[in-house]
Amino acid sequence: MANLKAIRLRITSVRSTRQITSAMKMVAAAKLRKAQDKIVRLRPYAGKLHEILVHLTQSLADADIKNIYSRQESPEKILIVAITSNRGLCGAFNSNVVKEVKRLITETYHEQYKNGNVEFLAIGKKGYDSLRKMKLNIISENNELLNDLTFEKVSALAENVMNAFVSGDYDRVELVYNHFKNAAIQQLTTEVFLPVETISEEGKAAAHVDYIYEPDKKSIVRELIPKSLKIQFYKAVLDSFVAENGARMTAMHKATDNATEMIRDLTLQYNKARQAAITGQILEVVSGAEALK
Amino acid sequence: MKIEIITPDHTIYEGEIKSVRVPGRKGSFQVLKDHAPIISTLDPGPVYIVEQDNREVTYNIDGGVIEVRANRIILLTESVK
Repeated sequence: MANLKAIRLRITSVRSTRQITSAMKMVAAAKLRKAQDKIVRLRPYAGKLHEILVHLTQSLADADIKNIYSRQESPEKILIVAITSNRGLCGAFNSNVVKEVKRLITETYHEQYKNGNVEFLAIGKKGYDSLRKMKLNIISENNELLNDLTFEKVSALAENVMNAFVSGDYDRVELVYNHFKNAAIQQLTTEVFLPVETISEEGKAAAHVDYIYEPDKKSIVRELIPKSLKIQFYKAVLDSFVAENGARMTAMHKATDNATEMIRDLTLQYNKARQAAITGQILEVVSGAEALK
Repeated sequence: MKIEIITPDHTIYEGEIKSVRVPGRKGSFQVLKDHAPIISTLDPGPVYIVEQDNREVTYNIDGGVIEVRANRIILLTESVK
């Protein structure tokens, strides 16, 4: 029979672990809500920008929309942006991204990888660490970005990536991140960031309004496309951040449940051991008294 | 006439106004009630809003785009100082 003191010690330690996991769950839940608010606040901007773009592109010929961001070539030089988290304890969140990156370099971009033409940009310390262990060519890490997520910082990074694409450093840029479906489900997403695919969404032939365009339709579209790209990038980072906190919340919830279960089992074991000990003591007393007769 | 100034992080200003002057690409222009529908890109510069009670509000935007339609103005900008 396990000794009483050892069981008592384990119960105490599991209890304090439970306290920590349940606190972490609360923190993740609060952060999740805050991050979701950010996405909600992004929506009017993103929605309106998209609306204007769709509206404009409908009235323009395809050739006019072609721009520096839609250079279509057979992809030779690839940049993969892997968005993960800075902290662990969030289930398979980070390893899913790393797995997908592995899949990309062994399947989709195997040729380019063999020629050493696949580079990586890591957002999030966990992903950075794993990619570095795989000896991949990481051009930059942007871990502090996630500590204080604002559009300004993310758009500066997006701009760097876009400039690198325009100057021909890369032919293709892909984003790998977790899309937030709900707190329990993260959907791993691989998204082509550049080149831009033509904006094909058919708006419901919006009530036709004769706008005055200043300076003119073409230049407006040219100016808005980079803006909408930045929004796309920001959205991906935010989405991943929300998913991270959702994943952590779920993971910590499970950990708390497991700890509760464990405490129950241990308490039962403890009581059994205690009863056995008492029974043993009584037996000793009784048989001792018996022997005196 | 209603205006909304929206950045990706939040809505900066929203309300009924008398007029607004914005730094259009082809020169600064003012929007009053019943302005013709227009979509214009904006240069970095100041946006002057005159509110209903004639108070003036100024924002420095970092470029953007404005849409005016049926007395509704939507101004999208990436950041405001």
